[in-house]
Amino acid sequence: MTGAHTSAGTRDTPLALLALPALVFFLIFAVAPLIGVVILSFTSWDGIGEILPNGLESWQMVLADPMTWNALGLTLATMVITWAVQTPLSILLGTFIAGQQRYRAVLAVFYFLPLLLSSAAIAIAFKALLDPNFGLGAGLNLPFLNQDWLGVELAFPVVLAVIAWQFIPFHTLLYQGGVRQIPQQLYEAASIDGASRFRQFIHITLPQLKYTIITSSTLMLVGSLTYFDLVFVMTQGGPGNATRILALDMYIRGFRANQMGAASVIAVILVVLGLGLALGVQRLGGKDKTASQLEGGV
Amino acid sequence: MSEFQLSRRGLLTAGAGLAAAVTLSACSGGSPAASGGSGGAAKASAWAITGQPNEGILKKSLEAFAKRGKGTIESTFFQNDAYKQKIRTAIGAGQAPTLIYGWGGGILKGYVDAGQVVDLTSWVNEDSAWKQSFVASTWGAGTIDGKIYAVPTNNTQPVVMYYNTKLFEQAGAELPKTWDDVLHLTEVFNSKGIAPISLGGGSNWTSMMWLEYLFDRVGGPEVFANIYAGKADAWSDPSALKAYTMIQQLIDANGFVKGFQTITADSNADQALLYTDKAAMLLHGGWAYGAMKSAQPDFVVKRLKVGAFPAVTGGKGDPKNLAGNPANYWSLSAKASAAEQDIAKAWMRDGMFDDATVDAFVASGGVPVATAAKAKIASSADKDFLTFVFDSVNAAPNFQQSWDQALSATQSEAMLNNISQLFSKQIGPEQFASAMNATIGK
Repeated sequence: MTGAHTSAGTRDTPLALLALPALVFFLIFAVAPLIGVVILSFTSWDGIGEILPNGLESWQMVLADPMTWNALGLTLATMVITWAVQTPLSILLGTFIAGQQRYRAVLAVFYFLPLLLSSAAIAIAFKALLDPNFGLGAGLNLPFLNQDWLGVELAFPVVLAVIAWQFIPFHTLLYQGGVRQIPQQLYEAASIDGASRFRQFIHITLPQLKYTIITSSTLMLVGSLTYFDLVFVMTQGGPGNATRILALDMYIRGFRANQMGAASVIAVILVVLGLGLALGVQRLGGKDKTASQLEGGV
Repeated sequence: MSEFQLSRRGLLTAGAGLAAAVTLSACSGGSPAASGGSGGAAKASAWAITGQPNEGILKKSLEAFAKRGKGTIESTFFQNDAYKQKIRTAIGAGQAPTLIYGWGGGILKGYVDAGQVVDLTSWVNEDSAWKQSFVASTWGAGTIDGKIYAVPTNNTQPVVMYYNTKLFEQAGAELPKTWDDVLHLTEVFNSKGIAPISLGGGSNWTSMMWLEYLFDRVGGPEVFANIYAGKADAWSDPSALKAYTMIQQLIDANGFVKGFQTITADSNADQALLYTDKAAMLLHGGWAYGAMKSAQPDFVVKRLKVGAFPAVTGGKGDPKNLAGNPANYWSLSAKASAAEQDIAKAWMRDGMFDDATVDAFVASGGVPVATAAKAKIASSADKDFLTFVFDSVNAAPNFQQSWDQALSATQSEAMLNNISQLFSKQIGPEQFASAMNATIGK
């Protein structure tokens, strides 16, 4: 018994030491700023002057501001629409390019192109293409393309479409990997039983992709919560508040309106939402570790 | 909480001490002013915004100054909107450049309140000839509570109307003198398939310029003066409400080019609409002339006319009143070492508006805020425009500083956001007024 105990101890100590550097970085760059933000949310600070504690004033101000709720609504809409649009498309594309045929490999290369571009570059390019006066419509002489794409009505859906264009390749890549790991025997057995390719997809591919779906969904949901750069460059949150999502709202309050207290309140809300979401999605996956049917899987 | 404040202050002091120590060791050559030209001289720094012609003129001026052996100033340029946030963060973090570029007014007041910029009053006043070499009215926006914290620089930039005369001839129309003319021209140009007015509404401060003038023409300078003074409900002054209604009428009449809310001024797409003959009118700052001149020299010579913002019939404001930027400004960071400050001061005294620099400003199509410019304007290739600007500025009973610079950052951000909603008709005049009234005093 004692022997077993010591051996466990000797195994644990170096492991804990190995985790130390990462832990220190995590404390300095994640936990410490987080605590700072929580403290700042109970103060009023213009960024250069004194930091003055003001109790719950910032919280009351932010929660009473219709702009916050508008931003929260837009962020939730971004999350839901992003997930609902990107997940099916990514699964289908991922399944498609998981095949070994050469033409699929060629197409895959094209699908992955947006992954190589930075968000700022994508935003600037789309902004130029969608310009109602000097954009694609004017260049190709196609008047129907001369819509007010980034105007009040269309700005939000257009931004979501560009986000989808940017991120579907990444999730496609995840699903491609997931599909390729599904044991071939399952499909062979199903074929012998006379299952159509559609039924194979529904009853084998989708259930086997469960953990890939959870990973991809977590990235999508938490990612869209903090989505910022592309929207910032493309619309600055405008026109009006049409695309002012929560992360952008936080930035504008903090660095344009110089209300660090109010911006910190939004930051705290974002952290709580993000953590809650990540935990929730992981829960959805269940704790049944033996669910995988991968060859060699536990 | 007081503990928290203390620790932060302690941190800042430590940081400042460290910075001072580093700077001192860097210029370890005794008194920096005496250390002469080569190698040993300290370096000051300046941050400004990108965009020709000012960027190029500043670089040349600093290069010429470096050759005089009084030290060097390193310049870094940022895009306009990005700069406004970057500089504030830098100042807050104690990383400000020696020379801080700005627009005076409410933002400058924020720096003053935080003790981040140097009081220049006695230094400015000790050389009265130099002080008088600036257009006198421009010191105003750099003066907070009777003390001078910023030195005017660059061109005086009133906002004026730009007209594409080719399109006016094509439509057989006259340049507008009143607001009613503008509304009428909107119909005329729309019926010919020409966009009446170009506007980079995505930038919001561009839309703000329309309200600045409508406020003035309808109700006179007092309307905004009340807001600036923080009087309750000043944004719902009857004249202000009338101005909001008038602007929404113009929007309803398709006065602004299609998609104006998505056009940004940073890319100068709004100016491009005017000089590519797609839109007939543009309200823009004086800097647009130089920008259009470098983009299409032919246009400013052959097809451009400028004029004052039209009068409003029955309005109280003098049509000679102006809005815009009286000047740009340089402030000195309080965190800069004495050596760095001396270099910056030496440049402002001798280099900023030396003869060659004033020439360069005039040649680029601007009216620098140096009185020496007056003599040079008459012989300039752009004398029509320059004379117009010079005369307008001198004859203006009131020169309203741009609202987003005059107000505090908090008010300014709320204002630009609400203006964007007003122009995209997400809110009406009453909602705009009540949303803005809530920001008074912040």
